Amino acid sequence: MQEASIRVPLIIGNKSYTQLSDDICRPVEGKANKYWWMAFIISFLALLWGVASLSYTVGTGIGSWGLNKTVGWAWDITNFVWWIGIGHAGTLISAILLLFRQRWRMSINRSAEAMTIFAVICAALFPVFHMGRVWLAYWVLPLPNQFGSLWPNFNSPLLWDVFAISTYFSVSLVFWYLGLIPDLATIRDRAARANNKMRNTIYGILSFGWKGSARDWSRFEEVALVLAGLSTPLVLSVHTIVSMDFATSVIPGWHTTIFPPYFVAGAIFSGFAMVLTLMLIARKVLNLEDYINVEHVEAMNKIIILTGSIVGIAYITEFFIAWYSGVEYEAYAFINRATGPYWWAYWSMMTCNVITPQLFWFRGIRRSMVATFIISIFVNIGMWFERFVIIVTSLHRDYLTSSWTMYHPTFIEVGIFIGTLGLFFTCFLIFSRVFPVIALSELKSVLKAIRENGSSNGGHHE
Amino acid sequence: MEVIMSNKTILGIYSDDELLVKGARQLRDKGVKIKNVFSPFPIHGIDALLGIPRTRLAICSFIYGVAGCSLAILMMWYMMIYDWPSDVGGKPNFALYMNLPSFIPITFECTVLCAAHLMVLTFLLRSKLLPGVTAPIPDVRCTDDRFVIQVSATEANQNDIISILKQTGASEIK
Repeated sequence: MQEASIRVPLIIGNKSYTQLSDDICRPVEGKANKYWWMAFIISFLALLWGVASLSYTVGTGIGSWGLNKTVGWAWDITNFVWWIGIGHAGTLISAILLLFRQRWRMSINRSAEAMTIFAVICAALFPVFHMGRVWLAYWVLPLPNQFGSLWPNFNSPLLWDVFAISTYFSVSLVFWYLGLIPDLATIRDRAARANNKMRNTIYGILSFGWKGSARDWSRFEEVALVLAGLSTPLVLSVHTIVSMDFATSVIPGWHTTIFPPYFVAGAIFSGFAMVLTLMLIARKVLNLEDYINVEHVEAMNKIIILTGSIVGIAYITEFFIAWYSGVEYEAYAFINRATGPYWWAYWSMMTCNVITPQLFWFRGIRRSMVATFIISIFVNIGMWFERFVIIVTSLHRDYLTSSWTMYHPTFIEVGIFIGTLGLFFTCFLIFSRVFPVIALSELKSVLKAIRENGSSNGGHHE
Repeated sequence: MEVIMSNKTILGIYSDDELLVKGARQLRDKGVKIKNVFSPFPIHGIDALLGIPRTRLAICSFIYGVAGCSLAILMMWYMMIYDWPSDVGGKPNFALYMNLPSFIPITFECTVLCAAHLMVLTFLLRSKLLPGVTAPIPDVRCTDDRFVIQVSATEANQNDIISILKQTGASEIK
């Protein structure tokens, strides 16, 4: 395949196939360094705190949260939408960028897909525990029952969400694991050569007996391509349906037709920010600086500018339409967002999501690891506030002034959120030691194209 | 009988995929039967040399998708229109065609669910990939950095094959 010669190499250094395997399998085959252990212990403690808070919620009831009659959705649904949004970057990188044949995705797709899976697990916890009696969560499924038989309401966006998120989670999981199989086989056979019986057996089971024959590869590539084609509309549908949870209601501030594209852009925006936050740490801790380098960071930052600008335009459009529609409730909801008691949340959102990503128009900032890391944190915070603003500010001023109220999170709710952060990072850290964090076989298949192209413009132009 | 008895398999191990393709092309031109090729990543163009037809998994996926789509509509029709129609929020469920717009999201999700999972399952079974299966690999390095070609040889052409493999740069011949 031809590549423009002005492109810079995606992998630094002239690596051979053997070196690629050595570098990428090292975190799996070696011992963890002290940074890994430090990160793991902190994440695990956060996870334990979350488990304690969730147990308290289940034991006491949803009354342990700060919700009230007016604000019935707040912290938990904010976190649900935030986590689901973060998951979207993984599918975008693995499916949509595969269809667009973007080669730079190969260094980051594996870990971004893993991130998707862990983020969706974190997200799903919130609505499930918000049900209150969590042991009855299976009632959302269309199962034959003794109540009549009473079926779930298929006209409800909340049920669409159940289907969308279960499909999204299971398809992402299968897509991710399928890509892992050849790499797990590599680890299995490396273990056989190193006479490591236990690792050979474990990875032998995990790799499903992969042999890598010509016929296997031809099927494998077809399946990967079709899965990418299926995942692309799937990922767009998931956040569209999440936005319909709000858009199909009659609450001013929620009842908005631009929600689906606006939510999808926001999801990709926040997802890429989280990928950057994670990868900038992971490349250091796992010694993968040659594989995840400034070119990858710059490419992701360009997507951040694009989606960040879409989100910014959506905020302004919403505001304009609130005035232009002439609906006084709608207009009030938006003026109240910017100037009401939650003004600080609104302006945090505007600053973090609309202003900070615009700094990436400067090449120096786009290519600086430190600046990218800081801005990615800002975007993560900003996108959390976006969901908080949409959910809480639209609810807290009800139609009747007598119902007006404020929402404040409790210690328990904050604990659950911190627990999901702990769960996410614990899962990711375990993943980085158990599975190869870079798609090894995919990277090998493009190594030559990358290398030839790299040597032809690595400073010595013939 | 004699001919069958003398049939044997020769393995050519390369350290580069392009060299293997070169060897495979020369062997095919000589009319030698290539049994299989094992590699750590897909080698493009090898399918044609081995005479592997294009996989039909995409067609399977389409059929599974159609089945998922139909099942979803059937399920929602049965549950909401036929078995227990209910009037939630002033939105009664009279007939399927009236409800179809609000059934679209779940129909879509079920289509993708069936198309994706059943295709992957078909692939795993077709390629005999299941937990606990022992991988029938010819050389332990063929999932890492070696490319292995399996050729079935007879007494008569055995030496030809070995010389082609050597000429095209196979690092080991077994």
